[in-house]
Amino acid sequence: MSTNEPVIRFEKVSKSFGSKSVLQDVSFNIASGSAFCILGRSGTGKSVTLKLMIRLLRPEQGKIFIKGQEINALPARDLPPLRLTMGFLFQTAALFDSISVGENVAFPLRRHTNKPEAEIKERAREKLAQVGLESEYDKMPADLSGGMRKRAGLARALALDPSILLVDEPSAGLDPMTSVEIDRLLLNLKSERDTTLVVVTHNIPSARRIGDELVVLHEGHFIAQGTAEELDQSEHSIVREFMKSEGGG
Amino acid sequence: MIERIGALVVAGLTWAGEVGSFGLQALREALRPPFEMKELLRQLYDIGSRSVPLIAAAGFAVGIVMSMHSRSSLERFGAEAMIPTVLALSLAREIAPLVAGLLVAGRVGAGIGAELGGMRVTEQIDALESLAVDSFKYLVVTRVLACMIAQPILTTLMSFTGIIGGFVAETVISNLSFRLYFDRAFSSMEFVDYVPATLKTVVFGFIIGTVSSYLGYNAKGGAEGVGRASTMSVVFSSLLLILTNVVLVKMIIFFFPEQIG
Repeated sequence: MSTNEPVIRFEKVSKSFGSKSVLQDVSFNIASGSAFCILGRSGTGKSVTLKLMIRLLRPEQGKIFIKGQEINALPARDLPPLRLTMGFLFQTAALFDSISVGENVAFPLRRHTNKPEAEIKERAREKLAQVGLESEYDKMPADLSGGMRKRAGLARALALDPSILLVDEPSAGLDPMTSVEIDRLLLNLKSERDTTLVVVTHNIPSARRIGDELVVLHEGHFIAQGTAEELDQSEHSIVREFMKSEGGG
Repeated sequence: MIERIGALVVAGLTWAGEVGSFGLQALREALRPPFEMKELLRQLYDIGSRSVPLIAAAGFAVGIVMSMHSRSSLERFGAEAMIPTVLALSLAREIAPLVAGLLVAGRVGAGIGAELGGMRVTEQIDALESLAVDSFKYLVVTRVLACMIAQPILTTLMSFTGIIGGFVAETVISNLSFRLYFDRAFSSMEFVDYVPATLKTVVFGFIIGTVSSYLGYNAKGGAEGVGRASTMSVVFSSLLLILTNVVLVKMIIFFFPEQIG
């Protein structure tokens, strides 16, 4: 259940790469326990927005608050505890290619918990089962298809039961059935664990299923923000076109 | 033209400064907990143990070749008995440290550059950070330390296999006994012949670990960037190693003048 308390807050955030401005004075709040979907064409800065939330990138201007803490003002030693409460599924899954799929999922558990080895493996298997990959524990990431790697990446992001889950293109490379399964898993996380979801996607049906609030990022600005129904009625033609596109991953 | 040369010099100095500060940061972080012991041991195995066959084989071959060359020169003066001594001293003082350094720069430098470069361009380093792991400590510090620890050990191995190679060559030609050969090889060997030259390879290990980690950790541009990081790691590590060797040899001679006495 959403408590409407902002767990993520952007205040006039700007970010550029060289002469290319990606975000310009962007401000928004994300309520705790809600699902926030960021839509937009490729290269508009959606993934950058996610990376700013976990300080993989820093903005040139503006402030970003995560659970009330200004993430870019935190000293290095205070950053890991905050990051431990967040999970990140990368667009490319970013699995560690020198260890097995199961070891990828077990990695954060080994690093950050004192659980016995048997329990860690059990937990990693559980997380893989959640994404339908229980039989792939011993496989190497290179032996998985793109969609399977994505699901394994999601299992790793969920390993520590984060209260905020940042998801970059969850449907990319997945067949429609698996995509719906992943959406269902994300919705279960939201309803059962009160996980805050921030999802970057091109997949409009998926965004309609998951999102409590949708935003459309265009030329460095959020040009529309609201529920799927509100965006369907937007005055902005780009937003209406986008919502009609039904584009898959 | 002059402006272009000036710009190149400035760019080179800037790069050297960045690499230097990257290496110093690695040394500073190495002293600060948490210590990534498990990863350090894994890197020691990868960098050290897996280099053993290459270093041992190269040392053995170098020993044979040096023995043959020394014989052809010393025979003219009737000083064949000096072959084991000359061989042991040359290997310990210079040949083994430099050759082992260049071989490790080739094998390990390319590996580190490619591995970290690959991790950077496939977002695996970002993934480590997102999992609340200090990627610099986990990936860079462990590799730099492993190179610094492994290099003197590998150098000693090369000296030893070189002496063995020399013995094999000698015994085939002159039927020299194992005991007499080693007596002659080590009779003139002193602390200053082995220790300073072997310790200087800690610096070589630092150079190889730092340069290749820097290039891999900061790689950009997909597969091409990874390839570039790997190649440049070998080129710059080897070049810096050779140049630094000149300075280190001069320092050793300055602090241990008995070495040239």
